[in-house]
Amino acid sequence: MGNAAATPVLSARGLRKEYGKGEGLVRAVGGVDLDVGAGETVAIMGPSGCGKSTLLHLLGGLDRPSGGEVLLNGRRIDNTSENALARMRRTDVSYVFQSFHLMEELTAVENVELSALLAGRSPQAARRRAEELLDRLGLVGRSRFLPSALSGGQRQRVAVARALSNEPLVVLADEPTGNLDSAATLDVLHLFKDLHESGQTLVIVTHDARIAATADRMFSMRDGVLVDETRPTGAPGRLGALIGLED
Amino acid sequence: MGRILLVIRLARRDLLRRRTEAALLLIAILAATTTLTLGLVLRDAAGDPYESTRAAAKGPDVVANVQSAGLDRLENLVTAAGVTEHSGPYPVEAAKLQTSGTTSDVQVVGRDTASVSVDQPKVIRGSWVGDGGVVVEAAFADAIDVHVGDSVTLDGRSFKVVGEAVTAAMPPYPGSSCLVAAGCVNGAVVDDGKAPPGLLHNPGLVWLTQADVRSLTSDPASLSYVLNLKLADPAQTQVFVDANQGDRGRPLPMQSWQDILNDATELARDSQILLLLGAWLLGLLAVAGLSVLVGGRMADQTRRVGLLKAVGGTPGLVAAVLLAEYLLVAVVAAAAGLVIGALTAPLLTESSAGLVGSAGAASLTWSTVGLVTAVALGVAVVATAVPAVRGARSSTVGALADAARPPQRTGWLIAVSAHLPVPLLLALRVAARRPRRVALGVAGIAVTVSGIYVLLVLNAFLGDQPGTGVYTEAQVAVLRHALLVWTVVLLTLAAVNAVVMTWTTVLDNRHATALARALGATPWETTVALAAAQVLPALLGAVLGAFPGGFLLFATINTITGGDGGKATLPAPWQLIALVSATVLAVTALTAVPAHLGGRRPVTAAL
Repeated sequence: MGNAAATPVLSARGLRKEYGKGEGLVRAVGGVDLDVGAGETVAIMGPSGCGKSTLLHLLGGLDRPSGGEVLLNGRRIDNTSENALARMRRTDVSYVFQSFHLMEELTAVENVELSALLAGRSPQAARRRAEELLDRLGLVGRSRFLPSALSGGQRQRVAVARALSNEPLVVLADEPTGNLDSAATLDVLHLFKDLHESGQTLVIVTHDARIAATADRMFSMRDGVLVDETRPTGAPGRLGALIGLED
Repeated sequence: MGRILLVIRLARRDLLRRRTEAALLLIAILAATTTLTLGLVLRDAAGDPYESTRAAAKGPDVVANVQSAGLDRLENLVTAAGVTEHSGPYPVEAAKLQTSGTTSDVQVVGRDTASVSVDQPKVIRGSWVGDGGVVVEAAFADAIDVHVGDSVTLDGRSFKVVGEAVTAAMPPYPGSSCLVAAGCVNGAVVDDGKAPPGLLHNPGLVWLTQADVRSLTSDPASLSYVLNLKLADPAQTQVFVDANQGDRGRPLPMQSWQDILNDATELARDSQILLLLGAWLLGLLAVAGLSVLVGGRMADQTRRVGLLKAVGGTPGLVAAVLLAEYLLVAVVAAAAGLVIGALTAPLLTESSAGLVGSAGAASLTWSTVGLVTAVALGVAVVATAVPAVRGARSSTVGALADAARPPQRTGWLIAVSAHLPVPLLLALRVAARRPRRVALGVAGIAVTVSGIYVLLVLNAFLGDQPGTGVYTEAQVAVLRHALLVWTVVLLTLAAVNAVVMTWTTVLDNRHATALARALGATPWETTVALAAAQVLPALLGAVLGAFPGGFLLFATINTITGGDGGKATLPAPWQLIALVSATVLAVTALTAVPAHLGGRRPVTAAL
């Protein structure tokens, strides 16, 4: 299953991930082909345990595939070293997690600047960029707050700001609204819509139809394989209005 | 019965599930119980060695000696008021003892072959005197390296060593009292030709039969005599000495048992200081290690309590499971600690016995067994109580949701770390998350380095000893051996602590490390960070331990023991720098493996 985007930024070919052996073999991802073009938003939907998160981990080099290839900007990343993958995650690929995964002891701005510091930016530049992103994402006045003092939606905004701090080629989001209430979910929906419109390449794993509806293409996943592809982008206005994103 | 089986099964499963943690917990409690066992056994063995020797060897209350011309004065003493029993007078002769390659001055005392009720030297190896057989005082035998069955010559005449014995009538070699007319000198011997002829240098003590002693000399007038007295009131020996010493203007040389005790325990005090010093330091280290380990397990235990309650376990059941788990480890650690301590102690008490001339051997007493077991079980209960109470008080949902203890925020350290390279940035933040653990790590290393500082001082002191007469070369070797044992135990426990702290840090930072990896930190950077989070506090601890820690510890020991620190050679600056560097290198090496394992854990599993 795949779609030949004009210039694929991220590609998967026959991607597989298996755990165990013999009768205990579990096929989490069973041969996925996928192309994600620059500036495109791709949503992957499916029930719990279908392999969505594993696929996302494979695409971002957090996990090693059992077979197949992953290419970022035409360069294979599935067979590169851990160090090379780490350097890639600093600048080319970043994650937004369902559980936010913020450092509890760091303030919002310190969490956001961490990625930039790991990438070797100067403390001043990292802080400046973090402050800009927090302002842009509507967290003015919250930058010195610890995560425990922020709402769920605000924490996810901090996590998104952190993901954007190094201006990555691709942002991979794993159930970004999974831990949020309705109001916070709407908040994050707006945020992803903005990202989409700004030309950020996004791959979103979700089982929330509303967030999937913001994507250019939407895939359904069952038992480790992509079984269906739809293009909600044909009627963005209607879908946007439907989910309350249109003004 | 079913509930008991369930409790045991759950406890066993949890221990097996966390084998590394269980092993580290066992080692930490084992180190504490072994140390405690050693300390208690050695305290019993070396606590009052002169008293035990005095009891074993039927020590006299007063020892008097004269030249042959004054023998009647000794005989008068036998009937003096207050005397209840006596042995002697026995003839004493100065002689040269030759073994293979060495010649020593000795005082040879002639004794009966039959046992007597006052000053019957306690034979610790071999048998008592017989014709042609010589018994050598134990500390002297150690010093000149003679053993039962060896042949020696006394003034050219051959004797067979039939036994080694200790006595309470004279301080052990090389502090022997002088009984012979020629006089004796103990300590460094300067052969400047001015010494009186016949003067004995560091004389040892040997026993022969009276007939053999008399046969050593052709001039009976050259013999001296010694008399051992038992008084009705041993506390009044000084009164007895004063009343019976000064007749006819020539004081009769007499030594009270208190005088001998003072001379004998000078050595005993030194050995005790050495032994107890190690026990103090090891105890402190054990506490630091256990605190970290138990603290690290608490978060896991709280979650486990929630799980057990969720499947229907009552608070009593979950407390029993937790308690059973720790009790199992504690009982094993106590038993192993007692065995190891009891097996190791003779290594040290043997040297202590040689030093003080004590026949007392190290052995386990019921009080030692009870105390060590109680401490081990106490650790188990303390470690269990907090999570059990916390679990019982919290709701099931709350306990289930209880994440690992929230990390602490140290703002200034986070700000400073932003200016550092990535590994140090992460290391400082790892350390800043658990300041109490860092403090324990610093304290543990400081205690270790302080101990090594003191050991260096003692080693330098011992290095100066041969020739000063305070210790013989053999005794210095024995003391050095004891120092080596303590050093090995101290460093072993410190090493265990370093590994425990690193592993606890690795487990505690699983999520933070994985997140750093997900954000772009390389495995090498996270590995270095986890190791550096231990090494940086170790550097601080090593510096504090070298100065002022070591100096303060040495000063404290001197204050407590009344020692003269002015005589000590303190470590040179280069030694302190080497000590700090070696400590940092050792901690780096010890933390490398657990840090490597922690830094390379799969990211997705932790997230």
